[in-house]
Amino acid sequence: MTLDHVTLLPLYAAAGAAVLVLLADLIVARRAATVGALLFGGLATAVCAIVAGVRRPTFCAGAECSWVPTPLAVTMAVVFAALTVGVLALSVPALRIGAAPPGEFCFLLAASMTGGVVIGYAGDLITLIVGLETLTLPLYVLVGLRRFAPGERPSTAGASASITFFLISIVSTAIALLGAALNYAATGAIHLEHLVAGIGPLGPVAQTGAALLVIGFAFKVAAVPMHAWAPPTYEGAPLPVAAYLSTASKLGGVLALIAIVSKLDAAPVVAALAVLTMTTGNLVALRQQRMVRLLAWSSIAQAGYILAALALGAAGVRSAAVYAVFFVVLEFLAFGVVVALRPPAGDGGDLLAYRGAGRRHPWLGAAMVLALAGLAGLPPGLAGMFAKVTVVDALIAEGWGWLAGFVALNAVIGLAYYARVATTLYVTPPKPGIQLVDPDLLEAATHPRVRVTRPVAAALIIAAGTAVAVGFAPQLLFDALS
Amino acid sequence: MNDVYPVLLVATLALPALGAAVLAVSPARRAGWIATAFAAAALIPIVALPFGHESPPPGNLRPWAEVKQSWVPALHLDFHLGVDGISYPLVALTGLLTLLCCGYTIWKAPDGGKPRTLLALLLVLETGILGTFLSLDLILFFLFFEVTLLPMYAVIVGWGGEQRRRAGRKFVLYTLFGSVLLLLGVLTVAVHAGTADIVALNGGGGLSRSTQYAAFALFAVAFAVKAPLWPLHSWLPDAHTQAPTVGSVILAGVLLKMGTYGLIRVGVGVTPLGARWAAPLLGILAAAAILAGSLLCLRQTELKRLIAYSSVGHMGFVLLGIATLTATGIQAALLGNVAHGLITGLLFFLAGAIKDRAHTGDLAELGGLRETAPRLAGLLGFAAIASLGLPGLAGFWGEAFAVVAAVRHGGALWIVLASVAALGGALTAAYFLRLLRKVTHGPVGTAVSPAIAGAEWFAWAPLVALTLAVGLVPTLVLAATSLPVEALIR
Repeated sequence: MTLDHVTLLPLYAAAGAAVLVLLADLIVARRAATVGALLFGGLATAVCAIVAGVRRPTFCAGAECSWVPTPLAVTMAVVFAALTVGVLALSVPALRIGAAPPGEFCFLLAASMTGGVVIGYAGDLITLIVGLETLTLPLYVLVGLRRFAPGERPSTAGASASITFFLISIVSTAIALLGAALNYAATGAIHLEHLVAGIGPLGPVAQTGAALLVIGFAFKVAAVPMHAWAPPTYEGAPLPVAAYLSTASKLGGVLALIAIVSKLDAAPVVAALAVLTMTTGNLVALRQQRMVRLLAWSSIAQAGYILAALALGAAGVRSAAVYAVFFVVLEFLAFGVVVALRPPAGDGGDLLAYRGAGRRHPWLGAAMVLALAGLAGLPPGLAGMFAKVTVVDALIAEGWGWLAGFVALNAVIGLAYYARVATTLYVTPPKPGIQLVDPDLLEAATHPRVRVTRPVAAALIIAAGTAVAVGFAPQLLFDALS
Repeated sequence: MNDVYPVLLVATLALPALGAAVLAVSPARRAGWIATAFAAAALIPIVALPFGHESPPPGNLRPWAEVKQSWVPALHLDFHLGVDGISYPLVALTGLLTLLCCGYTIWKAPDGGKPRTLLALLLVLETGILGTFLSLDLILFFLFFEVTLLPMYAVIVGWGGEQRRRAGRKFVLYTLFGSVLLLLGVLTVAVHAGTADIVALNGGGGLSRSTQYAAFALFAVAFAVKAPLWPLHSWLPDAHTQAPTVGSVILAGVLLKMGTYGLIRVGVGVTPLGARWAAPLLGILAAAAILAGSLLCLRQTELKRLIAYSSVGHMGFVLLGIATLTATGIQAALLGNVAHGLITGLLFFLAGAIKDRAHTGDLAELGGLRETAPRLAGLLGFAAIASLGLPGLAGFWGEAFAVVAAVRHGGALWIVLASVAALGGALTAAYFLRLLRKVTHGPVGTAVSPAIAGAEWFAWAPLVALTLAVGLVPTLVLAATSLPVEALIR
């Protein structure tokens, strides 16, 4: 077997980033060096993915290959790298006050990125599942990785979130592996290219395998009814890690599902999951009072729209991928604003804590409105609107009008809570019970302006800029994916 | 065609958008003048556009000026703008009303958020509304349709009355419901026809009968929510009552017109078979809306609410005109659209002025305006009489000819609908006279200061003048409509 090392560049870069971070932490042992190493590694990964581009597959045993650089893989590698760098930027304030050890944090993040890069390029089920596990495994630790300053009240929220996530995740992996095994037993196919529906007496076994694969991966995208882990895990995790979970980790699950549904017919399962996921996610999100929980439920609902496109099989892959990219950009922006508005290493807090935040911080407010309106599928940012149009367009083109109707109606439910959050940012503060000369002064004293640190500001500006840019030129994304 | 007109088209859209962007970074003190300047600047290309008008070969939907640029081929989306006789009056109305609202806001900004933000939102709204009227691509049409949604919500929630959040939520969810149906309809057409070009699709564009039926059903409900057509109107009174004056003016003056315009351009133009199939039902609903709107108005006790409900009746006349699917009917609808925009815009300005002075909109507490503020009372009388359709004022033509078109359409159903509409017209007179009796006549209720500020004259005078002008010379609006309307219903 000959290996084309240029084709493997993105993987080398991503894994190299992890090693570089480890070495930097070991030798220089300074926070700036460690963070810089991951920043460099992440950017290098993106550049390598673009430079290597779409090439001939490698890691081949005969005609079957395990490393397949497709346009989708290249784009997603860039997205994974960008998300990693972004989450790193959001974590800087927490790392600065020592809420997490920088070396460990950055190494785990880099390792997770490596897994993400692998998923897109995976050409067989084993590589795919290994990639997915490499993406997820560091996250078990990251979710619970929280140091408390002396005098700070320690909380076990992170640890319990970590355990929840860990238990659910290994169960889902086991299910996916069982599915892969059954499918292999029935059809003898392990390479994604050769996945076929089973025929003859072993047909039902193969079908069960396909369904189990879908269900196993559905855990990763938090599809209802495999969603219950997501809200408590997001809530317990540090905010930047929650951002990573709801973007990169979800993207990994979507990529895994894309690999399955584009070859195996799982339309009934996926369509049922889609309807359940979007409806439940939106309805439950209506009642949420905590910011991160609301975003968690909303991201469950968003996964439903992606699943709707995936129900179309191969025909819906591009729409699902486009939607997923638009979604992660907007979701990252929303989490970024939450990070910026909260104290370093703080949790997401109640929605009430955000009253009037948009008045105090006009630009952060504008970014949040851009993100939430986009997630609701509405302008001013056109990205979210095009995402919605793309999915509905694919559904109607393939004759799935009823599912398009579901997506459309869910968009209406979704707006109810997105509008509630956005409005909360601009409401005037409640009147104090006592007579005051200047209520604004009291408001300013009790709600001081938070200072947005430079890395967070940079991440937000780039994310908002990306959201606006892909909103105006979505064709770039369509072209990159085909 | 001259090269300058495409540039003017783009400028029409770009100037308000640019204005909103400039406002975001400019000092708050100068915001009013900057916004007004941009709104005025946007009127310049609008005024210049008709000079690009060459008479097209009959039977062809050819815009005066056109811009076509591929944008997102993957979604059949072209950046395709154009203006013709059908859209131009509404474009001009939008430009004018936004300018008046911006000027009015300099003088009197409603309570709530910063005036600068309100002005920026007004300019964004203008961009969205103009874009909707100018789009000649279905997906682009939908895009601009959605652009208007959140800014209007923000105007209601940020600067509205006591119940603003509830009213805003109702407005935004109701109209989003309409607009997702529009999305389904638009994509159904685009997917089946392989193009979203409204010009190419005019007359059906080879769509099958069943596709046209399905698409028209979606369009009809979508636009009926926006227009609003009874029984989908219930968001309107709350939104109008709670919105600040300028919000109500834009909402009633032009935002509702997106529904009726869409029904003409997209519903009738793109899915004519569907329109023919559903015309009787639309006609019945329109007649019901006229009657229901008038009866509801007779029971209203709040000034803005009454005017809001009157819109339901007036939009009923417009829809009746459209439902006849005749040239007369559609021209009546276009005229009714413009007239309603002028008159109801003026009525909401006046209602806002009265509420600001009297601090109440309750009809029982107002009264004797004729004695305390004779000029204001005179203007209110003028606007109310124009709205009830006195011949010689703008409101008359649209309503009268909608009834005429229904009678000419023939058949027992349409004769009955025409009679019901005429009866509704009479009831319109009844409730407006009741309004005048309560507000301007009778014993003095709440004292109202009679002075009218310069900014108020600035905002009201053009509307008064145009109401008279359109009433006396309706060809002002209709001059260029006959050919495109013929092309539309061919």
